[in-house]
Amino acid sequence: MVSGILDGLWLVPALPLLGVVLNGILALFVERPLLLPAAGPPSAAAGHGHGASYRTLVAFIAPGVVGAAFVVALLCVLSLAAAPPEGRIFVQVLFPWIQAGAFTAPVAFQLDPLSSVMALVVTGVGFLIHVYSVGYMSHERAFARYFVYLNLFMFAMLILVLADNYLLMFVGWEGVGLCSYLLIGFWYEKQSAADAGKKAFVVNRVGDFGFLLAMFLIFWTFGSVSYTEVFAKAPLLSGDGTLTTGLATAITLLMFLGAAGKSAQIPLYVWLPDAMEGPTPVSALIHAATMVTAGVYMIARSSALFLLAPDTMMVVAVIGAATAIFSATIGICQTDIKRVLAYSTVSQLGYMFLACGVGAFTAGIFHLTTHAFFKALLFLGSGSVIHALSGEQDMRKMGGLKKRVPVTFLTMFAATLAIAGIPGFSGFFSKDEILWKSFSSSMGSPVLWVVAAAAAGITAFYMFRLVFLTFFGTSRMDPEVEKHVHESPWTMTLPLSILAVLSVIGGFLGIPAVLGGAFGVPNLFEGWLEPVFRRAAPAAAHAAEEAAHHSAALEIGLMALSVGIALFGIGLAYFLYRARTEKPDEIARKWPTVYGVVFHKYYIDEFYEWAVVRRVVRGADWLWQMFDARFIDGIVDGAADIVRSAGDRIRRLQGGIVGGYAFSLLAGAVLLVGYILYRSIVQ
Amino acid sequence: MTGIDLLDRHLLSVLIGLPTAGAAALLFFPRDGRKAIRNAAFLVTLAEFLLSLLVVARFESGTAAMQLAESAPWLPQYGIGYLVGVDGISLWLLMLTTFIMPITILSAWSAVERHVKEFMVFMLILETAMVGVFVAIDLFLFYVFWELVLIPMYFLIGVWGGERRIYAAIKFFLYTFVGSVLMLVAILVLYFHHYAVAGFYTTDLLKLYELAIPAKLQFWLFAAFFLAFAFKVPMFPFHTWLPDAHVEAPTAGSVILAAVLLKMGTYGFLRFSMALFPAAAADFTPLIATLAVIGIVYGALVSMVQKDIKKLVAYSSVSHLGFVMLGLFAGNLQGIEGGILQMINHGVSTGALFLIVGIVYERRHTRLISEFGGLSKVVPVFAFCFMVVTLSSIGLPGTNGFVGEFLILLGAFRTHMGLTVVAASGVILAAVYMLWMFQRVMFGKVTNEENLRLRDMNGREIAYMLPLLVLVFWIGVYPQPFLRRMDATVHAFVARVEAGKRAALAEAPPGRTMFTRTFDARK
Repeated sequence: MVSGILDGLWLVPALPLLGVVLNGILALFVERPLLLPAAGPPSAAAGHGHGASYRTLVAFIAPGVVGAAFVVALLCVLSLAAAPPEGRIFVQVLFPWIQAGAFTAPVAFQLDPLSSVMALVVTGVGFLIHVYSVGYMSHERAFARYFVYLNLFMFAMLILVLADNYLLMFVGWEGVGLCSYLLIGFWYEKQSAADAGKKAFVVNRVGDFGFLLAMFLIFWTFGSVSYTEVFAKAPLLSGDGTLTTGLATAITLLMFLGAAGKSAQIPLYVWLPDAMEGPTPVSALIHAATMVTAGVYMIARSSALFLLAPDTMMVVAVIGAATAIFSATIGICQTDIKRVLAYSTVSQLGYMFLACGVGAFTAGIFHLTTHAFFKALLFLGSGSVIHALSGEQDMRKMGGLKKRVPVTFLTMFAATLAIAGIPGFSGFFSKDEILWKSFSSSMGSPVLWVVAAAAAGITAFYMFRLVFLTFFGTSRMDPEVEKHVHESPWTMTLPLSILAVLSVIGGFLGIPAVLGGAFGVPNLFEGWLEPVFRRAAPAAAHAAEEAAHHSAALEIGLMALSVGIALFGIGLAYFLYRARTEKPDEIARKWPTVYGVVFHKYYIDEFYEWAVVRRVVRGADWLWQMFDARFIDGIVDGAADIVRSAGDRIRRLQGGIVGGYAFSLLAGAVLLVGYILYRSIVQ
Repeated sequence: MTGIDLLDRHLLSVLIGLPTAGAAALLFFPRDGRKAIRNAAFLVTLAEFLLSLLVVARFESGTAAMQLAESAPWLPQYGIGYLVGVDGISLWLLMLTTFIMPITILSAWSAVERHVKEFMVFMLILETAMVGVFVAIDLFLFYVFWELVLIPMYFLIGVWGGERRIYAAIKFFLYTFVGSVLMLVAILVLYFHHYAVAGFYTTDLLKLYELAIPAKLQFWLFAAFFLAFAFKVPMFPFHTWLPDAHVEAPTAGSVILAAVLLKMGTYGFLRFSMALFPAAAADFTPLIATLAVIGIVYGALVSMVQKDIKKLVAYSSVSHLGFVMLGLFAGNLQGIEGGILQMINHGVSTGALFLIVGIVYERRHTRLISEFGGLSKVVPVFAFCFMVVTLSSIGLPGTNGFVGEFLILLGAFRTHMGLTVVAASGVILAAVYMLWMFQRVMFGKVTNEENLRLRDMNGREIAYMLPLLVLVFWIGVYPQPFLRRMDATVHAFVARVEAGKRAALAEAPPGRTMFTRTFDARK
């Protein structure tokens, strides 16, 4: 056990919480009064005059606390790295939280290689996005409120990744869901934003329902919800027959339901595209880089359990692959720049699940990391474009922006190359690792490879379509918008540039052995994470070794093939959106049904609305109007009426007020009845 | 004997007596001195709360015995005594009662303009009755307090209520009174049975606990108690008095009704039904757990389609109380502690929700959801409080609601797995109905001109809301002080119920439920 600087681990989540408190005070007592309708017209308050000083303070506090959290996290990870690989686990118990009988769940944090990767990605990318937000939200009136939510998100997300038990993870899990709700609905005056926030929360809760049930099964099986105890007991209990494969399958499938909700997988992905109603930096942070990857983290964290349930693994792999290709096809026809990226995110998350499903947890987490870089960059870049275009998000009204916003263009282009899987860029290494494992792992299959490779081709296609439509060709902007086009301020371009560097070189952390081995370059990423998965389940290491049986030539051949498919996608995009720009419309006219179905996202939202939402609401209305009001109350009122009319008749017989007599009569009757009943039952 | 000693020795009696003494003093206040009346009522309830803190201070968490117990002969010839005490089951319900009273008095500050004196007198008498219900450990004494609660509540709804207040008040009265009469019959049967077995009359609950009651008799007694308590909780399908009572009651009445009165039912199940008739309880468990789960889902669904905010909150209570019942009838430590904690949580969260509704109602004189929209913009402090309370109501981790619901479901999962899966779906539905309502009231554009001029919460309103918000987070983040004081009692309770169940079941062939035994035996 290492300690020292590690004793400051609690600061990592605590610092953002401090930001919440400080900015919360500013938001409630300084900003809210300025925003009230009574305070006058908006121009008087927004960002000018005496309001400006508190904004500067907010703009320092919010990124500051996250930056500090990053530094602390980095120091902790470095200190952890100093320990030998097997000793890289540190648990800090703060206080008991929920305790009842044998059940106990403390507030305790655990730093190990897996949670340190997550913590660094979350705080690092999070910090950059906070800085970016200062510029992006500079025209926003509710500036402090925005940063309160954003810091609160960081707090919840760090609880999620640093928790040392499932229950505390669940706190972060629902906490990020809350922040997502608040931030998607940040512009709550807009109906669609408020709707989208609610949808996100409710769909996430469907997943949380699974997580909750999984937790109950875990506790009643293992007698604990702490990772260390559960994973240590898993092989023992499965050995003595307590933990049957069926039970393990039930636990992991329920967990996967939770993961599918949070990470927007089929069938629960529908909330993520709508989540684009939130401010763009939020889309980058929550709906691309961090929160939506929580499901992947949860599965990787629970690898010891998942590996005991082969059926679940297959479900995870198949759902992942299906989601990857399904949402990639939707991405082809979207015209809103952020929606393309949203479906792309769903698709990329599918890859991560595919990796987990074939037992390649390291590859999944590696893709999670590179994806955090390039997808955050893509979203922030699109935000910079939207910012430059005074809020325009429709790619049909863009074009030719290459020279007008050069930094944005260059950085976004780098990210596009990364996601398209061009060799040398980060996405290439991580995606290729997944493709290879989906083929070679003992749990993989050539079919999975084909689907994933096809999805990679489609990804390259829609991403280059996005780039061509946005930055190349002639301008299709409104003249009024075009006048105001400007490159973004440094607070925005600097994070873009840093993320661009990471998107380009990030992949070298995890060079596959087949490429790096010959030059003596180790796969750093795998080396770092490997002890976690080996400790969790020795079987996992076994599955990874399986891959070694395949020849290097096959691996390189498949790699070349997937690059070829990506290049084909790029070529097709060039053909349709640069060379023959009239073609796409022609195609759409030629196959109106196919185009319509894809354009309308396969009518899945409409189907849910019809099959679930409307039926539930109607059923509930029937319950209320018919069952409650007519049936039950009918009986109650009917009984009361009978008594009343009987009482009326009796009263006519008697005349005067006999309350006193009546009461003693009743009391006597009750006594008598009680005694008789007692006698008759007992004797 | 010093004053402090005297107080210590008779703390519970002082808590019972103080509000009524206050009510008696109020009678001498001039009728038009409303301000003085309000101040006095507030000070009495505040003093009561501060005194009740002494109960927590004196409470030993290591023992399951009745603490701060007092006993005095009352009608010795009938074996009826004045016996009071607290244990880990009643402690927090007592505290909830004394805690919520000053808050409700403050909430009625400007909402109640008519007959202020009578209003406050009834409120204080009500407090005496409620405290009495939770500390009485004599069956007869309990029954007296139980009935005493009805009277002031009847008047609070009937006099200070809304348009259909008479209908609601009578419905409330009849529903609960029918239940009470059945309970009285059962109490008498129990009373005579004790005499037959032990040779002397008593209504001392602790003595009755030791009584071995034949399984068949347990069945009927449980059934009679069941109706009384199930009406009060209220359990599905006996819940229809609740929405009417809530909608018509003045805000203060609704808060007390939700926070304390409903808990009398769930408390009754623990203290009497389960503890006195463990074998019957075991046999009724499938039925009760099923009704509880139906209540969870049914209450949530019906909440979803309500047009009146207050009615929505009322139906949500049916759902929340379903959780409590499920926890209690899980029969294990987690479920019961979760159930008790959730009683408190429901008091805090739903109490706060009714206060929120009251704040809006006082300003707009309507509670129709469609009348609102976009309020977040106009009343930020209110929006913040409303949001926190909403999240607590849907059981977000970090708030009180989560801790209770989690323990309940955890416990119930062990004993009723299938039902718990259905119950857990209530977690989804809660998010649907609460967030949908919140969105329609708070989000969007301000569509109604009148809402633009809405005043935000004033100092008094913030003052009474704040303690509730503190509790939301306190119980949510650090529930230890609450849970640990229940441990010993709940442990002993579970053990006794288990033992009682086993003893009674030993008579019957294994694997047969009470229903089959009872009806076979009649042949």
